[in-house]
Amino acid sequence: MAPLLDVRDLRTYYVGFGGTRVVKAVDGVSFSVDAGETFGLVGESGCGKTTTCHSIVRLLAPSARIVSGAIELEGEDLVPKSQAEMRRIRGRRIATILQDPMASLDPLFSIYDQVAEPAYYHQSLRGQALRQRVRQLLSAVRIPSPELRMKDYPHQMSGGMRQRIVGAISQAGGPRIIIADEPTTNLDVTIQLQYLNLLKDLQRATGVALIFVTHNLGIVAKMCDRVAVMYAGKIVEMQSVRGLFYRPRHPYTKALLDSIPKLGVKEPLCGIPGQPPDLSDLPTGCSFHPRCGRAMDRCRVEEPRQDDLDGAGTVRCWSPVEELAARG
Amino acid sequence: MAKPLLEVRDLQKHFAIGGSFFGGRRALVKAVDGISFTINAGETLGLVGESGCGKTTTSKLVLAAEAPTGGTIEFEGRAVAALRGAELQDYRRKVQVVFQDPYSSLSPRMRVGEIIGEPIKAHERLSSADVRARVAQLLELVGFRPDVARLFPHEFSGGQRQLLAIARALSTSARLVVLDEPVSALDVSIRAHIISLLEEIQQRLAVSYLFIAHDLAAVAHLSQRTAVMYLGKIVEVAESLELCAKPLHPYTKALFAASLPSHPDELREEIVLTGEVPSAVDPPRGCHFHPRCPFVMPRCAEHEPPLVELAAGHSVACHLY
Repeated sequence: MAPLLDVRDLRTYYVGFGGTRVVKAVDGVSFSVDAGETFGLVGESGCGKTTTCHSIVRLLAPSARIVSGAIELEGEDLVPKSQAEMRRIRGRRIATILQDPMASLDPLFSIYDQVAEPAYYHQSLRGQALRQRVRQLLSAVRIPSPELRMKDYPHQMSGGMRQRIVGAISQAGGPRIIIADEPTTNLDVTIQLQYLNLLKDLQRATGVALIFVTHNLGIVAKMCDRVAVMYAGKIVEMQSVRGLFYRPRHPYTKALLDSIPKLGVKEPLCGIPGQPPDLSDLPTGCSFHPRCGRAMDRCRVEEPRQDDLDGAGTVRCWSPVEELAARG
Repeated sequence: MAKPLLEVRDLQKHFAIGGSFFGGRRALVKAVDGISFTINAGETLGLVGESGCGKTTTSKLVLAAEAPTGGTIEFEGRAVAALRGAELQDYRRKVQVVFQDPYSSLSPRMRVGEIIGEPIKAHERLSSADVRARVAQLLELVGFRPDVARLFPHEFSGGQRQLLAIARALSTSARLVVLDEPVSALDVSIRAHIISLLEEIQQRLAVSYLFIAHDLAAVAHLSQRTAVMYLGKIVEVAESLELCAKPLHPYTKALFAASLPSHPDELREEIVLTGEVPSAVDPPRGCHFHPRCPFVMPRCAEHEPPLVELAAGHSVACHLY
């Protein structure tokens, strides 16, 4: 069966200063997402995870260019499409949930207007049917008394409620896939748990696929089926979530896992020395080698290729980690 | 036992809001509503809670940036409210702070050497050469080469800026550093580095920390004791490991249940709280937590439970116990 979304060798570069400075934000990224699956995209700030998502829905900054690669949604390549064609795909087939709900909601429009808009354009609902649909979407994201609250404006809602409204909007066009870019970063822990459970319930009800972009491995552990770890514009490791936590193969993945404090355990934490590299001035060879404890001479000169892990995933490393992770 | 470094008793901060010049109904926000805790020399007390629970107001009260509306803070055995002039300045020297956002807490127009040197000049009479030497020492303490003193903050990443903020907080030989969400804005790998560095500094300098955060795992990692706040009150306080192993208050249990697993097969008791934190303007009667509590009883809505010590060092404010 063909995957729902298939991204192959995607390269998105930011070009500045008249072409003299090129930032390779996404540099040869390939992954695929099946229908109903939850796929995690993990990495630290500036690793290219957000640019990857923005390339898929083509919401890139003017200085960004998709240099090469294919993004196939249900077998149809999105890269050659015009913005007008993309407008009919965004919201209808791919929806996005962004980090800051206050920035994704328009303060001048009522909740009803904003939730109804995708259903109006993409599902051609009008009148009572549209109103009925909005009511149903709001109760699906557990907004109490939806009939009353749909007349409210975003400022009358709490942070958690606003993010749930954004969730309702993402559902409104009936998409096959939702890209959630750090959707819970601004929420409190108990509200975060409510929201993550809500997304799971929506997924169960509609069978939509989710791409979860996050820097939080805890969210990955809770939500995702498969996960890709990004570093300096490349996917350095891709595995099932269990595989990743039990047997991380890339030294960067292992270091990330070792740097999370575990509840009730006072083991010393190991951070990763140094800083993530400047994407316009990458180190030679493997981009991670200056921070890697396992770096060899080869890592400094030759870029590792993407190796298959016996069908279980891929890793980009000349000397993958062999030992099993300590059980957390 | 020696006297604690900081002793807070029944601390209160109520803000009046609403009303106008011509009168009208005024309401009280009970941001901090009668909390007590102590911090010993060389110890870390963690303070966890969700937004709006009064953590940051507590830190402002401890820093003497706000005056409490009730209760007392004693530092080294002396009431902070009574300090004046040179004594108050000395208190500010000994109690320093690291803020959450290292982009807004460092002046973009000052060089690193000036940023870290300014508190030293304000509090001590030292020659410029001595100040420079002290700045160099502090930079080395947080892992920089001394020659970064001539750079500006924009030349550093977020994590490095937070290290500079830590160096500044330590520049006047502080006895207590208030850490207000110092790692929340940083990436995971950098977070671990800063937490380890804070531990190392504490061992070397015997400084105390008041560590405020919403990330339970990080708080429990760095602090010997942890206090949990909800709507202006401390609902539970215990040794951090004890609190993780045996949380008693339903809100603490819910916080632990809501914190994300560190492993996909980690078993968690699922306590999903309904609703959101109510407003501190008009908190619920009785126990503030009762409208969201899964174990609520009739008297929870009537009587506010006092904070009772159940086992050595483990106190909880709940009618269940």
